[in-house]
Amino acid sequence: MAGGQTNRLDSGGLIDRSAPLNFRFDGKTFSGFQGDTLASALIANGVKLVGRSFKYHRPRGILTAGSEEPNALVELRTGARREPNTKATTAELYEGLEAASQNRWPSLRHDVMSVNQLFAPIFVAGFYYKTFMWPAKFWEAVYEPAIRRAAGLGRAAGVADPDHYDKAWAHCDVLVAGSGPAGLAAALAAGRSGARVILCEEDFSPGGRLLSDGGTIEGLPAAEWLSRTLAELATLPDVRIMTRTTLFGVYDGGTYGAIERVNDHLPSPPEHQVRQRLWRIVARRCVVAAGAIERPIVFAGNDTPSVMMASAMRTYVARYAATPAKRIALFTNNEDGWRTVEIALGAGLQIAAVIDARPDVSPAHRSLASKGGFPVLHGSVSGVDGGKDGVKKIAVSLTGGARAEVEADGLAVSGGWNPAVGLTSYHRGRPKWLDDIAAFVPDGAPPGMVAVGAANGAFGLGACLAQGFAAGSAAAHDAGHSGKAGTAPVADDEAFSLTPLWHVAGKGKAFVDYQHDVTASDIELAQREGFESVEHLKRYTTLGMATDQGKTSNVAGLAIMAAVSGRSIPETGTTIYRPPYVPVAIGAFAGHHRDETFHATRLTPSHHWAAEQGAVFVDTGLWKRAQWYPRAGEKDWLESVTREVSAVRGGVGFCDVSTLGKIDVHGADAGAFLDRVYINTFSNLAVGKARYGLMLREDGMVYDDGTTSRLAEDHYFLTTTTAKAGLVMQHLEFCRQVLFPELDVQLTSVSDQWAQFSIAGPKTRDLLKEIVDPAEDLSNEGFPFMGAREVRLRGGIKARLFRISFSGEMAFEISVPARFGDAMARNLMLAGAPFGVTPYGTEALGVMRVEKGHIAGPELSGTTTAADLGLGKMMSTKKDFIGRVMAGREALVAPDRQVVVGIKPVDKARRLRSGAHIIPKGQTPGPGNDQGYVTSVCFSPTSDQWIGLGLVERGRERMGEIVHAHDPLRGEDYDVELCNPVFYDPDGGRQRG
Amino acid sequence: MRIVCPFCGERELGEFTYLGDAKPVRPAAGASEDEVFDYVYLRDNVAGETSEYWYHGGGCRTWLKIARNTLTHEISSVEPAAGAGAAKVGA
Ligand SMILES: [Zn+2]
Repeated sequence: MAGGQTNRLDSGGLIDRSAPLNFRFDGKTFSGFQGDTLASALIANGVKLVGRSFKYHRPRGILTAGSEEPNALVELRTGARREPNTKATTAELYEGLEAASQNRWPSLRHDVMSVNQLFAPIFVAGFYYKTFMWPAKFWEAVYEPAIRRAAGLGRAAGVADPDHYDKAWAHCDVLVAGSGPAGLAAALAAGRSGARVILCEEDFSPGGRLLSDGGTIEGLPAAEWLSRTLAELATLPDVRIMTRTTLFGVYDGGTYGAIERVNDHLPSPPEHQVRQRLWRIVARRCVVAAGAIERPIVFAGNDTPSVMMASAMRTYVARYAATPAKRIALFTNNEDGWRTVEIALGAGLQIAAVIDARPDVSPAHRSLASKGGFPVLHGSVSGVDGGKDGVKKIAVSLTGGARAEVEADGLAVSGGWNPAVGLTSYHRGRPKWLDDIAAFVPDGAPPGMVAVGAANGAFGLGACLAQGFAAGSAAAHDAGHSGKAGTAPVADDEAFSLTPLWHVAGKGKAFVDYQHDVTASDIELAQREGFESVEHLKRYTTLGMATDQGKTSNVAGLAIMAAVSGRSIPETGTTIYRPPYVPVAIGAFAGHHRDETFHATRLTPSHHWAAEQGAVFVDTGLWKRAQWYPRAGEKDWLESVTREVSAVRGGVGFCDVSTLGKIDVHGADAGAFLDRVYINTFSNLAVGKARYGLMLREDGMVYDDGTTSRLAEDHYFLTTTTAKAGLVMQHLEFCRQVLFPELDVQLTSVSDQWAQFSIAGPKTRDLLKEIVDPAEDLSNEGFPFMGAREVRLRGGIKARLFRISFSGEMAFEISVPARFGDAMARNLMLAGAPFGVTPYGTEALGVMRVEKGHIAGPELSGTTTAADLGLGKMMSTKKDFIGRVMAGREALVAPDRQVVVGIKPVDKARRLRSGAHIIPKGQTPGPGNDQGYVTSVCFSPTSDQWIGLGLVERGRERMGEIVHAHDPLRGEDYDVELCNPVFYDPDGGRQRG
Repeated sequence: MRIVCPFCGERELGEFTYLGDAKPVRPAAGASEDEVFDYVYLRDNVAGETSEYWYHGGGCRTWLKIARNTLTHEISSVEPAAGAGAAKVGA
């Protein structure tokens, strides 16, 4: 006994007795050692009861010593770091660890919900579907909340996760899953051959079952061989061993998913470190040495605390020096279970009896029994007497019919071993049945992968080493490495004789799936009700659907189904295997992509200047754009925006429009190329001129618009909308490469190369004269409307200047190399001060475009044609272009299409809202008379009222008509007038002046 | 999934964008509405070998024609899609 640890052996184990640790479970303080898991530390402290079950709230203990654990799930940590459903069997102990049991109220020992056991008949298979069907309304209001409270699987923290998660890539020749004897032999062979090797081990210590079961390898004790092998692997330069790392998925092209629990073994991650790291590993070859999982035998009371898998029992004794029981009975149907007896005796524990379901027991074990003074009973366990304090008595049905009773405080169970076939089956592989071990083994694997050792159904130590070594060597060779691997480590194979036994009939609940409380009788019921297919069985009973994914239960479940439906196990088959092999936190998949780093942020060249001005920014895709520039004393955004619009219309303002997509189009056929992608013609555009262009998709709908200028005979400069910048580039590359390869044209994305500003207002020319070299002619004759050319700025910088206007004012857009963008904004402010220059944001930009009736995102909705937008006349009839034929289809040219029209409220004081539906006046709104909707609105300082644009049936023919705006979302109904969409300067005199 | 770009080498899926079936060829300028309709809308739903357009936007910006098995995701060939969808005038 050590420091209150009543069930700790005085010596032995792989724990560090010089490093004691304190921890709390359900508020009570305990102690353990470095090297413990929470489960082993609880066992060392004599704790048997660790949780309540899902449906029946039955007392549950610890069943396994690994990641397959279905019972011992706890809430680990507190506050924001509280994590439900954490397996006590894999949670490493650390100083100050806090854990709480789940599914109990008010306390683990006195759980009021355990009365569910009395109502067990209503919780049988399919109970969700049967019991809570009627009345329907009760489901949401009563049943579901009640069931969720009663059958929760622990509580999430409920607040944001304070830790960071990382994502990383790794590449290697040979990836090895598992560091048991097979995995170590594989890594050794591949590493010696010169291959780049990554070995993933989910445990914090490499070694697999060597850590618990011992054995002799190359004439050495297993522990010594293990440390020598790890030392040799450490000397190989390209071998990387990743502990606390579980390979959870296999993806196409040799890509594997792994989760590394970087700092789960500490109270919280050290500063600047992540909690977990999601690895994507690209490997030429993968050797799966993931071992096998010992399977329970289903019998009444098999969920009583201190009924434990035989391999787990000896793991706690040998590896952790912790004794789950003092007087142990073993129930086995195979030779391997006896190892637990050997190890328990070696540790000085008492063996109450061995119940062996096989007809014969080896002479060696007989003499072990007589030496140890315990009986060997031929038969099966048919019941367990005990409860939350563990096993007391075990009822045995002896072969031949007699009954016996065994007094014990722990029962070790071995029903054989199931190879871990998950990884090899993730590409819809179906494992095959092997009669001699009565288990499924991999039948092939995804390309580049091979299973070895226990994962391949080879349970003997010698076979594990031989298979692992051969596969590691072959994998290295396949990956192009031919160094000398040497010879495989040698060991004897232990005997493994097994007589299949899945289910012992008896009185009382016999659990198949511990985590979901699925019993043998649930499976029998499912069969009687016709749910015989394994996929139906799974969903009807929820077998294997809990967070453990049925690692200990699936095979037993389908064996029982096979028995009751009179088929063989392979005929019954398995369900489809899907990743992840272990639960992976969503946070790990997200990595750093959360909160402000959810996506990349793009800043315009003048962003920092705008921020200094106090601009309010809006997210536009990845961009941050200045939305407006509030000034002291302005009471709301509308006041700021109205001031900005008036300043432009009355003087001069500027706006950063660098977010527009910009593409240089070069080549002798540049004009011909543009003719095919735009509905209008560009080949006849004069050098030094700009033109508005519209693109369709091949289905005839409008794709994008923008202004394109001809800077030289063979050089055009094309702009796209901000939203479509990347997509238009991709589309144009498709047209260029795939559709029109005969054209001599090249495309270069220059969106990030140019900072572009719109300068607008009647004083634009005055301001520009201060910026542009005096030698440049900016007069109406020297630089007319829609002119475009390169100019020299004062100081010598070359810029591109375009006389285009989105605002309807006299306006230019000027492009300078992006690195001068910040200076340009500052310079415009400086040079424009005498003219009252005003920076304006996207809101003012939007107001002025609505006043001018220009279309933008809301109208370019992907469902509008050029004619809908009032641009039908732009469609050339003299050439072919993308979308030409489909644009002429009957429904796309129907006269009653919804087209762009202006909208203004009849009551001039009324505010418009986009999204309101247009209904003929005097009619009751309904889907039958919905004639369109309001797309864009703004308060127009120029009109001194709210105005808007809409898509309305035959809108252009109905200007002047009063219609009804129906806005059920906001509960508003009001009359509006359909009108000319150009509210400001309809003849365009201002922009040409 | 990984794609071996003929220009950039073996790269990860995230660098590529999928477009779709690479079989249809854009009809020549004089084609009928029915022919263009087929080109725009009609696609086979193949269980097995398909030919598809993928765009290497995270790399060389080449449009690629990739032969992929929709049952296994196995890629059997990758080549530049240059001209693959071009109208075959006079054919
Ligand atoms: Zn490429």
